Amino acid sequence: MAAGVATWLPFARAAAVGWLPLAKKTMPKPPVDNSSRSDEILYLNVSGVRFQTWKNTLDRYPDTLLGSSEKEFFFNEDTEEYFFDRDHEMFRHILNFYRTGKLHYPRHECIQAFDEELAFYGIVPEIIGDCCMEEYRDRKKENQERLAEDTEANESMDAPLPPDSTPRERLWRAFENPHTSTMALVFYYVTGFFIAVSVIANVVETVPCRPPEGRVKDLPCGEKYQLAFFCMDTACVLIFTFEYLMRLFAAPSRCKFMRSVMSVIDVVAIMPYYIGLVMPENEDVSGAFVTLRVFRVFRIFKFSRHSQGLRILGYTLKSCASELGFLLFSLTMAIIIFATVMFYAEKGTKGSTFTSIPASFWYTIVTMTTLGYGDMVPNTIAGKIFGSICSLSGVLVIALPVPVIVSNFSRIYHQNQRADKRRAQQKVRLARIRMAKKGTTNAFLQYKEDRGLGGRDSDSTALCVKNRSAFEHQHHHLLHCLEKTTNHEFTDEMTYSELCMTESVGFRTSRSTSLSSQQGAQNNPTGCCPRRARRRAAMRLANSTASVSRGSVQELDTLHIKTTSIPPQTRSSLNAQADNLKLNCGEQDFTAAIISIPTPPANTPDESLPPSPAPIPGILRNTRATAFTHETVKISSL
Amino acid sequence: MTGCAKRCKQGLVKFAVTLHKLVTGTLIKDKADDDLEMTMVCHRPEGLDQLEAQTNFSKRELQVLYRGFKNECPSGVVNEDTFKQIYSQFFPHGDASTYAHYLFNAFDTGHTGSIKFEDFVTALSILLRGSVTEKLQWTFNLYDINRDGYINKEEMTDIVRAIYDMMGKYTYPVLKNDAPKQHVDAFFQKMDKNRDGVVTLDEFIFSCQEDENIMRSLQLFENVI
Repeated sequence: MAAGVATWLPFARAAAVGWLPLAKKTMPKPPVDNSSRSDEILYLNVSGVRFQTWKNTLDRYPDTLLGSSEKEFFFNEDTEEYFFDRDHEMFRHILNFYRTGKLHYPRHECIQAFDEELAFYGIVPEIIGDCCMEEYRDRKKENQERLAEDTEANESMDAPLPPDSTPRERLWRAFENPHTSTMALVFYYVTGFFIAVSVIANVVETVPCRPPEGRVKDLPCGEKYQLAFFCMDTACVLIFTFEYLMRLFAAPSRCKFMRSVMSVIDVVAIMPYYIGLVMPENEDVSGAFVTLRVFRVFRIFKFSRHSQGLRILGYTLKSCASELGFLLFSLTMAIIIFATVMFYAEKGTKGSTFTSIPASFWYTIVTMTTLGYGDMVPNTIAGKIFGSICSLSGVLVIALPVPVIVSNFSRIYHQNQRADKRRAQQKVRLARIRMAKKGTTNAFLQYKEDRGLGGRDSDSTALCVKNRSAFEHQHHHLLHCLEKTTNHEFTDEMTYSELCMTESVGFRTSRSTSLSSQQGAQNNPTGCCPRRARRRAAMRLANSTASVSRGSVQELDTLHIKTTSIPPQTRSSLNAQADNLKLNCGEQDFTAAIISIPTPPANTPDESLPPSPAPIPGILRNTRATAFTHETVKISSL
Repeated sequence: MTGCAKRCKQGLVKFAVTLHKLVTGTLIKDKADDDLEMTMVCHRPEGLDQLEAQTNFSKRELQVLYRGFKNECPSGVVNEDTFKQIYSQFFPHGDASTYAHYLFNAFDTGHTGSIKFEDFVTALSILLRGSVTEKLQWTFNLYDINRDGYINKEEMTDIVRAIYDMMGKYTYPVLKNDAPKQHVDAFFQKMDKNRDGVVTLDEFIFSCQEDENIMRSLQLFENVI
């Protein structure tokens, strides 16, 4: 029921007195209303802007946030007002809805922002008044289409193939998006080349060549070099047939593929050749055969797979079908009318070319399209008058639907441009978001160093700590807890890759699970680590009890490394022997988690590294006890 | 004959004007601005103090009532169509328009065709805060459609049928066609003391005061506001 109806309820109830004398039975007792009768003003503070309204106003819609007891969650007792940390400009509209019963959509607002506000306040968008409903719906649909386009584009085009795709799916993808693999690209260009060759051959074989000896008349090149052209044609048709069969095989839905326009064009392009092969060299059917050769020109339509502009044009024509139909119909009407008139106007003249009405059709068409060949010309005065009217009206009739078609084409073309641009921008945006995410993990690694160094230089640690917010503190603490749980540590990609390299010398590496392991997976240097992935999985369980140590460790047993981010600075001093890691608060470096099996230190740390902090060997010793025994662990000494 | 000639002349003039417009290029017909003119009748009620004196409501109650009233009818008056619409919203099952029509006439004491805020509040004051006699008098006025001081069977049948219409089709037990008639007969049986076929105001008040049920139920609606 509408909001205002609530205000009339007392009146309706009062009017019920009129039924009382007629009542056959006793009336039920009225509901007892314990709430305070007097109306009060509520204060709503929305991001600092104070709104005031009667409580009754908000009570009109009890199934929304403001009308129900849900608003009590936002009640601030100190200031005795309801505080909402939302946009106050949009709140204006929401409050007006309560006041007037009509919800309006502000045209300058983003549709999604508006939707979110409505969802927050528990208002259903369907109650938007008629005045704004159309605009709202249009913009919402446009927004949804855009989003659908984006997700569809993302899924279909750029997403990497799932690893378990069959060869058939890969083949189909290669056909649809040639730029995904080099083979597909090569095939794409080859087919394009052959289409061009075939079309040019079709054209050239009709050009007259110099006649061979013994002949006077010029011969078309096709007959002179018959064998050459035949071979070229065969080659092209073979390529096209092969391509068509491959596509047919790879198509996810063969029926759908066979019905599609491109497939029909393909078939029409290659059929004439085969029919020509099959057909006998008969004089009667050779006429039909010649007709069939005309269809070879359809090969030029195969270019639409290679050209987006052609596709857009085709799509435009399809979408303007109704306008084109109208154009055709109105033209036909006008042609018939004028042809009839011209015929009867010119009927009297001797030797007139307007022999019948269908013959006049030609004159009318030529005149209406302002061609004016001049092969048929009216001679009588009446004929000339009607002829001029015909040409004037022709311009109008043809010009009218053209802007519609043009605007359709422009709209579709720009849509395509926008989609392409958006896709390109999307990649950049995603890359930037990834960089930002890495920034936070860098901060964590930084935090770890500061924390871990503990008893060092308190000034520098204080400096390092200062710039972090409470949120970051807690977040880092959380990550630290995770490290403790899994008994592994976070490191960055560069160290990991370097540690990877040392693996070739005989170290094992295994990866610990990390927060940003998905990113790490992508940044993984493909060279060294993927092979170890399998061994990693096996070792992961066993390594859960692996100890962690920092600083220079002489021996490595297994290296737990997490690749997260690309450290902005290069650690040039870090050598391939990853056991020598330096800790430095100033640099954005990290430490690698290293498991060691205790053996006496055999070599000195690298001079380029600062001396490792004292407590670390102690840690080493402590962890000795927890060192695991793992059959596959290789021990080597540096 | 003159009318025909006049019409012909008007048509000719119009045609000439159109031709002139065609030639000079103003093809758009100038629409009269009277479309946009809406009669904005705005009525303001008497002062709050006066209303308070005239009715049995307190100032606060009048404020609440007026705010609701003004919100729904910014022009300050309710016409019959709006009234019917509002009242029908409370009875979605059936057709409340007939009864709303009678109600409207009962509210519109001045027979102006629209209800102002004073009418509204006066009627409410009687119904909710008035004495028993006043209430019964109001009800009698409601039933007496032609305002002749008597309720006859036809008027009563109309009222009762209008009330039954509000129930709609789907009732339990199923509504029979002669239910209103039976109801009216029962009513007249009770109210018409001298059996003259009509009910006067005194008979009505007297009979109602005899009936305890009615007396009790008259107190029911006192706390509506």
